[in-house]
Amino acid sequence: MNSSIVSFLSEMTNFEFTSLHAFIIFGIACFLMVNVSALIGGLGTYAERKISADLQMRQGPNRVGPFGILQFLADGVKLLLKEIIIPTQADKVLFLISPLLCLAGVFATLAVLPISSGLILTDLNIGILYVLGVSSLVGVGIFLGGYSSNSKWSMLGGMRGAAQIISYEVPVTLCIISIVLMAGGLSMTTLVNEQGGLPHQWYILHNPFAFIGFFVFFIGILAESNRAPFDLPEAESELVSGYHTEYSGMAFSFFALAEYIEVFVLCGISATLYLGGYKVPFELGSGELINSTLGGPEFIGKGIGQLLQLGAFFTKTFLLYYVVIWIRWTLPRLRVDQLVSLCWKYLTPISIINLIGIAAWEWIFKGQSIFNLIASLLHSSGGGGH
Amino acid sequence: MSSFNLDVYMPVLILIAFAVVMVVGVLVAGILIRPQNPEELKLSPYECGEEPVGPAWSNFNIRFYVTALVFIIFDVEGALMFPVAAVFQKFNKIGQGGVLFGTLFLFVAILVVGIVYCWKKGDLDWVRSYQVANDDTSKKEVN
Repeated sequence: MNSSIVSFLSEMTNFEFTSLHAFIIFGIACFLMVNVSALIGGLGTYAERKISADLQMRQGPNRVGPFGILQFLADGVKLLLKEIIIPTQADKVLFLISPLLCLAGVFATLAVLPISSGLILTDLNIGILYVLGVSSLVGVGIFLGGYSSNSKWSMLGGMRGAAQIISYEVPVTLCIISIVLMAGGLSMTTLVNEQGGLPHQWYILHNPFAFIGFFVFFIGILAESNRAPFDLPEAESELVSGYHTEYSGMAFSFFALAEYIEVFVLCGISATLYLGGYKVPFELGSGELINSTLGGPEFIGKGIGQLLQLGAFFTKTFLLYYVVIWIRWTLPRLRVDQLVSLCWKYLTPISIINLIGIAAWEWIFKGQSIFNLIASLLHSSGGGGH
Repeated sequence: MSSFNLDVYMPVLILIAFAVVMVVGVLVAGILIRPQNPEELKLSPYECGEEPVGPAWSNFNIRFYVTALVFIIFDVEGALMFPVAAVFQKFNKIGQGGVLFGTLFLFVAILVVGIVYCWKKGDLDWVRSYQVANDDTSKKEVN
């Protein structure tokens, strides 16, 4: 059962694709995915400015297009027309490669992002492990960006970025392991399909340990994507601009684009792991219920199901995205020693306890969620008392 | 179980190719439209208007390397726990969940010994405590 986009399309159209067709479809789908994510990244910068303005009782961008929504295009054009300064002392090759590393690492994670049951570019059997692997490229890009600039601000920012990203990978990895343990598989579709559409079937409400795990994971991804209150690598009040101090023009904008797309991808992955991903209540996503009630050709029901799944995924993801921006403009930045002690002395022990707790829960209660247990308890105690 | 098929990795390659094309394309095509007026002061590292003193590539604080070492221990252990976690439900279904729970518990116990050791040794403190204790003897040695 490999429900990547090609097998989904061949199932929809009853047509056997050759490998050339598959390659072309992959190409087109990847092109669309990259463009949509770049659009989301661009709109992310707009959303960030608009929401921050809202929280600070300002107007925010409101000149370019309706409600200033085309501001990111104007910014892009401006950045394109700016000179790219490469300092004489810098390591020029690494200086130009590091934004590429950031962007390539983020784009590669898009391949397994399960947007709906059909719209997943490729359903790798190691899905979530792959995400952990390729998203580490961003950390390499940030560190090399800081190192190659040969400026003291950049060097400090790059060092902090590397230390922060690798530190917070530990609690995030432990949280992911505990989810894998509940789902019994590494591929993204397995992780989603083991959950249900209704909130009590999500992993966040499966047991108390997973509930705590979600918050540990969310704090972890905030730090992984260098968002406030963990934006120490680019702390503008102490390090000027951190690892991208020496970058200008488009070279800088690649870092910004990578950051905003990474926030989107990581929000999508936390929605997938804990909040049921693309699942729609009452199995509406498969389209069978719609077909049996409405009749008509099969692909209409399937199409409506896919659209519902898209809606569910993007609703959850953008809600988390809003929370990320909200946190940025609410909380003050941590100090470096607070950052390290939060990771190693609080989040890591908590996530280790969560992992053991979830393993024990799955073993003792045979993988039942807390709601199932309560329901069976009520049932066995006579079922009366309504 | 499907056989190992490299075709499923095709989008990964295509996506990375898109990233390369995007970065290289924009940077190369931008040569035509962006100004290029390099001068000596503009190309010097930014230090808030001061004249830069020395390169930034110098000896760096050892605490970052300690963090990286601690990370390596935990990351390897995490990577080794993924296969156990992936087969946990299969064992659970045939009533052997306790075996894997015991395995995982032992493994995590070793992990906990590691973190307790680092904690006691003070490697998790950003400002190490024994240096503060020696404060009165030699003030110059403090971080």
